[in-house]
This record gives sequence, C-alpha cells and structure tokens, in this order.
Amino acid sequence: MLRFANPTLFLKLVRWLIPLAAGASAVLLAWGLYLVFAVSPEDYQQGATVRIMYIHVPAAWLALSCYSLMALSSVGSLVWKHPLADVSAKALAPIGAAFTFLCLVTGALWGKPMWGTWWVWDARLTSVLVLFLVYCGIMALWTAFDDPARAARPVAILTLFGFINVPIVKFSVDWWNTLHQPASVFRLGGPSIDPSMLTPLFVMAGGATALMLALHLAGMRTEIMRRRVRNLSQQLARQDGGS
Amino acid sequence: MMDTPHAGYILASYLLAGVIVAGLVLLAVLDDRAQRKALEKLEAQGLRRRSSGQTGVQ
Repeated sequence: MLRFANPTLFLKLVRWLIPLAAGASAVLLAWGLYLVFAVSPEDYQQGATVRIMYIHVPAAWLALSCYSLMALSSVGSLVWKHPLADVSAKALAPIGAAFTFLCLVTGALWGKPMWGTWWVWDARLTSVLVLFLVYCGIMALWTAFDDPARAARPVAILTLFGFINVPIVKFSVDWWNTLHQPASVFRLGGPSIDPSMLTPLFVMAGGATALMLALHLAGMRTEIMRRRVRNLSQQLARQDGGS
Repeated sequence: MMDTPHAGYILASYLLAGVIVAGLVLLAVLDDRAQRKALEKLEAQGLRRRSSGQTGVQ
C-alpha cells in the first residue's frame, strides 16, 4: 500500500482512476435518478417529499465520510509526515464542506414541509452545523499559511480535534431527544426502510461516493501540481536573485 | 410524478445538488487547468524538479 504513496506513481494511477470513478458516478447517479423518480414509491405519510431523502442522506453520509478520511490522512501526516497524506486531507476539505452544506440545506427543505420549520437547535442539526463550521475553519487554516508543508501540522491537529464531533453527529439522535428521526439504515437490527426505497438510496449513495472519490483524486493531483509550481517558482526566484 | 403540494421543496433540493456538483466539478477542472498551465510555463523555462534528474536553468 505504501508503494502507492509515492507522488509520481500516484499521478500515473490517477490517470485511469479518475475517469473510472467519474464514469461509475455518472452511470450510478443516472440510474439512481431513474429509480428515484420513475420506480420508487411515495411514502405513505410524507408523500413525494420522501424523494429529498435520496439527496439528503447520501450528502450526510459523505459529510461524515470525508471528515473521517480527512482525520485518517491527518494521522498519516502527523505520524509518518507523508506529503501525500496532507495533500489528501487538503483536497478533501472543500468536498466535505460542500456535501455538509448540501445536507444542511436539503434538511431544511425537507424539514419545512414535514416538521413545519426550517431549523431547530436539536443535537443532530446543531452538530452537523458545527461540522460545517469545522470544515470552514480547516479550509481557512490551510489558506493562512504560504507554505503548505508548514500548514500540515496545525491543520492535522485541528482536524483530529474536530473529529470528536463525528461520533456526536452519528449518535446525537440516540443520546438526546431530537426532532430528527433516529438512524434507519445503519442500525442494530438492520434497516427499517422498505427495499423499494433502500435500493435507490444505495444507488444514489454509490454514485455520490464515486463522485467524491473522483473529485478527491483530481484535487490531490492538482495539489501536487500546485506544490511543484510553488517549488519551481522559488527555484526560479533564487536563480534570478543569484544572477 | 410531481403532483404534490411540496414539489417546490423537492425541485429546490435536486437543483441545489446539481449546482453544487457542477460547481465542484467546474472548480476542479479550472484549478487543474491553471496549475497545469503554470507548470508547463515554468518547465518551458528549463526548470525541472531536482528529483527528475535534469539540470535547471544555470
């Protein structure tokens, strides 16, 4: 595995991994949208509004998955000081923030017709808002340093500190009384959702995950190029200064 | 399919998802293009990474 953690080999691998993930994402999302709008039934209580679930739930899963991957990359950055680890963490932050934002807004759009309110300060909603703010803080910290190598350590520490919020988001519906419903897919006793709705949900989640993977790899490739540009620019400046 | 009093909420959700996905893809493509162009420009001046084993501009 560590053999692939070499920037040059990584760049060779992503040349075919990015199109593969992007293609899988396009196919799965197209299939998922067909299932959502043409096949899956309306909910007996929520009616067609349940279709917001197929966007909201994958966005929530990816908001947490991106952060977990970012935390894992931060461990790699702090323990092994591997440059690809902090490249990975940096590339994940805007993707995770975008999915968290999508989760928050689609949650409000689902909440208004179902709960009668756009927002309540319950544990689940508030902890997801905190997650979004942590993502914003991490992105701000990355931009606060000119040298990404110097930014890696403080960002990794902030990321790991912020990881405390991930289990809080996940278990908030169990630990506190919330307006938000408890877990209905990943829970003891299996999913409580009917297969006619579970299948499109998993297909949409698969498509969104493949999209996240494609964007993550593309972001890593761009970040590697950005660092090479920075190094060569410094090299040029030194030569100009020396001549 | 959308014969529901809440169609606006559903459409808004899917539209927002589309805008966010398109935005992420567009930003990724533009950023990639900008870095690639900057790298090519620097390499055209004879600059190479030390690890590439080639000499730079003297």
